Amino acid sequence: MCLAAGRAITTREAGRTTTKGRAMTLTPRTTRKPATRRGMVRGAIPAALTAGALVLAGCAGAGGGGGTTDGDGAVELTLATVNNPQMKDMEELKSHFEDEHPGITVNFVQMEENDLRDAVTKDIATGGGQYDIVTIGSYEVPIWAQNGWLTDLTEPLASDAAYDADDLFAPVKDVVSADGKLYAVPFYGESSMLMYNKEILDDAGIEVSEHPTWDEVADAAREVDSGKVDGICLRGKPGWGEVMAPMTTVVQTFGGTWFDADWNARVSDPEFAEGVQFYVDLVNDAGPADPVSTGFTECLNTVSQGKAAMWVDATVAAGLLEDPETSAVAGKMGYAHAPVHKTQESGWLWSWNLAIPGTTQEREAAIEFVKWATSKEYHQLVGEELGWTRVPPGARQSTYDIPEYVQAAESFAPITQDIMLSVDPTKPGLHEQSWTGIQYVTIPEFQDLGNQVSQDLSDVFSGRSELGPVLDRAQQLAQAAGEAQ
Amino acid sequence: MTSILPGPVTTRARQAARRPRAVTRRTRDLLLTTVTWLAVLAFFFPVLWMVLTAFKPENQAATLPPTFWPDVTLDRFAAVFERGMTPYLINSASASIGSTLLVLALAIPAAYALSIRPVRNVRDPLFFLISTKFMPVAASIIPVYLLLQSVGGLDNVTWLTILYVGVNLPIAVWMMRSFLAEVPREIIEAAQMDGAGLRTEIFRVVLPIVLPGVAAAGLICFIFAWNEFFLANLLTSQIARTTPPVLGSFVDGRGQFLSILSAASTVAIIPVVIAGWVAQKQLVRGLAMGAIK
Amino acid sequence: MTARAAAAVPGTATRGTTPRAPAAAARATTRPASSRRRQDLLVSRALLWPALVVAVVLTQVPMLATVYYSFQEWNLLRPGQRGFAGFGNYAKVLSDGSFLSSLGSTVLVTGSAVVGATLLGLLFAVLLDRKFAGRSVARTLMITPFLVMPAAAALIWKWSILDVTYGMANWFLSLVGIGPVAWNTELPALTVIAVLIWQYTPFAMLILLAGLQSQSREVLEAAGVDGAGPWRTFTAITLPHLRQYVEITVLLATILLLQVFDPVAIMTKGTGGSKTLSYLLYERAFVGLEVGEAAAYGVMTVIVTILVATVALRTLFKVFSAEGLMNR
Repeated sequence: MCLAAGRAITTREAGRTTTKGRAMTLTPRTTRKPATRRGMVRGAIPAALTAGALVLAGCAGAGGGGGTTDGDGAVELTLATVNNPQMKDMEELKSHFEDEHPGITVNFVQMEENDLRDAVTKDIATGGGQYDIVTIGSYEVPIWAQNGWLTDLTEPLASDAAYDADDLFAPVKDVVSADGKLYAVPFYGESSMLMYNKEILDDAGIEVSEHPTWDEVADAAREVDSGKVDGICLRGKPGWGEVMAPMTTVVQTFGGTWFDADWNARVSDPEFAEGVQFYVDLVNDAGPADPVSTGFTECLNTVSQGKAAMWVDATVAAGLLEDPETSAVAGKMGYAHAPVHKTQESGWLWSWNLAIPGTTQEREAAIEFVKWATSKEYHQLVGEELGWTRVPPGARQSTYDIPEYVQAAESFAPITQDIMLSVDPTKPGLHEQSWTGIQYVTIPEFQDLGNQVSQDLSDVFSGRSELGPVLDRAQQLAQAAGEAQ
Repeated sequence: MTSILPGPVTTRARQAARRPRAVTRRTRDLLLTTVTWLAVLAFFFPVLWMVLTAFKPENQAATLPPTFWPDVTLDRFAAVFERGMTPYLINSASASIGSTLLVLALAIPAAYALSIRPVRNVRDPLFFLISTKFMPVAASIIPVYLLLQSVGGLDNVTWLTILYVGVNLPIAVWMMRSFLAEVPREIIEAAQMDGAGLRTEIFRVVLPIVLPGVAAAGLICFIFAWNEFFLANLLTSQIARTTPPVLGSFVDGRGQFLSILSAASTVAIIPVVIAGWVAQKQLVRGLAMGAIK
Repeated sequence: MTARAAAAVPGTATRGTTPRAPAAAARATTRPASSRRRQDLLVSRALLWPALVVAVVLTQVPMLATVYYSFQEWNLLRPGQRGFAGFGNYAKVLSDGSFLSSLGSTVLVTGSAVVGATLLGLLFAVLLDRKFAGRSVARTLMITPFLVMPAAAALIWKWSILDVTYGMANWFLSLVGIGPVAWNTELPALTVIAVLIWQYTPFAMLILLAGLQSQSREVLEAAGVDGAGPWRTFTAITLPHLRQYVEITVLLATILLLQVFDPVAIMTKGTGGSKTLSYLLYERAFVGLEVGEAAAYGVMTVIVTILVATVALRTLFKVFSAEGLMNR
């Protein structure tokens, strides 16, 4: 239909431009007769091409970003999301929502975590308005809420008794609330834990306790590491949300911190260096072969193919490892609390949340979708359609009461719930801190800080650079960020 | 071996004298040809491997040792289109064809003025135009982004097309200028003496001569626009998203993805690769910005 | 081509205009020469202006805005605190090491890619200039890497060729007994350079091949008759002949590669000396979200680029003039 319309306009435009074109080119040769008919037709060709080009381009470009409503009241929502498996499931199931809400269609824009951050942040910060719904992390929510960029969802959710907003899982709900208002809804929540391949560790005669220490884990990893199997998978990919997340938890349990309670940078503390060095050494001795390429996704692939003995990462991975369709290690995995050194717990706390930018034109429809995707019914739907291990974890308390889920996820659901309730985002390490957050610092400057430091660390993984100078620079960057507070 | 000997052998002495030289030459030729082919195939290998991987089922894509004789399937191509590749391809086509036509419409007259009409200072506008090509697009991306956002031009193919005009215009002017400079001056003067107007001069005298040049310039602009990643990635999100920034989303968090990534990449490169293969001659001329006749 | 066209054109040119020719000639002589000249200039300007205006609007106006922003204190994540920053952003840019190190990376990446592609391009041009079975097929295959979308090339190289476990590069190496190389960790800048060389070798080859083919056969044959071996012929005749083609190749490849962004963004995210200026600018703007600071980086980059470009352009113009293309 678009093409046909385009062609019709082209003809009309071309006609008009021809006359204009003649008027212009007549000027230099006023003394001469008007051009022949044939000449006119020829002259019209480029004009028509130009007009055609604009129409062609305009045709597909009509609308231009963000939710749009056409004459029939049909609504199109654009949802930007990280390409994690649970979000892919959401896209797979979105037709159920569209069936229940005729007139609303939801377009998914999926990106890798780092790319998503860049894209969504720049859009929201500049009021670009390209997205109606975004998945953002618990790091962004309080900062963006403070800037007034997010729609307050407290009332719309509370007013719907069937939705049961009080059922949202407390640890993650608290993080995405500011001044008692809810600015985003957790889609799934996670902590981090140790996941291990029981077969490999049993063969080596290694037993893992429920609360292991990093020394035990490192010894075990070095022992089972071989040409065929990595001792442990740990992220090394640059990005504050990639390598910096697990590394920060290690730093914290070693007694280090990014900032003290007065925003003085503490990267130069020996504990910080000790934690980082421990992590780097472990990765180099028994970790993935190409650490700088390795993030959550890559570890998931390695571990689910049985090519790594252990993995310390997001608890959400357990559901994926236990899915027999995509994982070769389903039923062979054991789970334990994240390894510690000087603290009691070392798990992080994170949630991927659905939020609605203030710039959306389709607030009501967006709220409908957010409610649907975070409802109890959605969890039922995922369980029935895709399998119970794929239900988004850590978002709703009641999920842990669904009999099918409890049964399917018995190996990891109780421990996930336990860890998430045990970690303390107000004081994850040994130091008092003036922000809420474990594996990140909840200030706008942190994503840049974390990214730069993580890039420099990739030189440390490869041995191109010593840790000392990298941390010196990190201290400088952190100091500048701290001074802005 | 024997076929290289010219005709019936007359004397043994002659044969003995000739054979070693002919054989070594022949051998050297064969050797060089083999080396050439090996080098060419090595260079082509990544493309070949991508296409082969695209026809593999996902579980044969990332294997050790590699699978050279897979169970060929079109399943991954189907999956690419099921994931909604078509609109992105259409956007790519719109932006690249549209911008190419606009660029030519602007560049041909400008190049004509610079090469054939008397312009007092040819160097300055040329210098200016080509120097814009040196400027990193990234240096002024913030204002471009903010300006587009203020006029509602984000995620909009028309605006992307217009920006591509800015990117490719210098190359096109430069190339067209070189091609037009080849037009023998006498022909134009003869036409002018005959009283031909500017339009006749351009469209009936000059343009037919430089048509291959126009094709070359158009092809190069099309290639650059189709393959453009930076602006498309930053300035589009969904409705106007073009193919290059979409490819990365085929890297998957659940399970393996190499086949589908290869299939999507294969689909994405086909238009330009075919165009380039078909128009090799134009490509050569275009690449050298018309410097090579 | 020119000869064919020239033969065809007089017919085209005269077909419609011949009957009017005498009258036109008469007018041309009666009109004062100066006014005709002025009119010619007006026409030329009318032809030139649209392109120049578009170029100015699309490239210079945003640049002016960049200069303006570079004096602003403006973090997108702190929308409340916008103000005048003076030279504060520039001070930050100059005191932080990123700019210089990124400049170094750009020189390294662009330089190695241009040199590598030119040398390999020369090799392939010589190989493909010979007559051999399937030459045109070989040429067609050879130009393909240049046509491949850079984003696709980067993704395929990253995941299919350079992956540490399943990548073909490591598999080939394993055949000769070399253990797996962690390309992205150990040699990130090299992976970017490799992809760029792969993509731009065909580019260099095409130009240099055209240069080889433009050699006069007689001269080459004469050299052969005089007893010069192939190597001597190549160094004494072919290479000097190719010089200007090499210059064109290097200059154009440099222009195209100076802004390289795609493989850095897709493969390395700027780690290990691969952070080119384009990527640095992108990162400062859209990851750092410091508009003012990013703009200052942009202005600094442009200043450096102007210096480089002036030198390069002068050379470029000289090369093209040497061929007689600038004399018209």
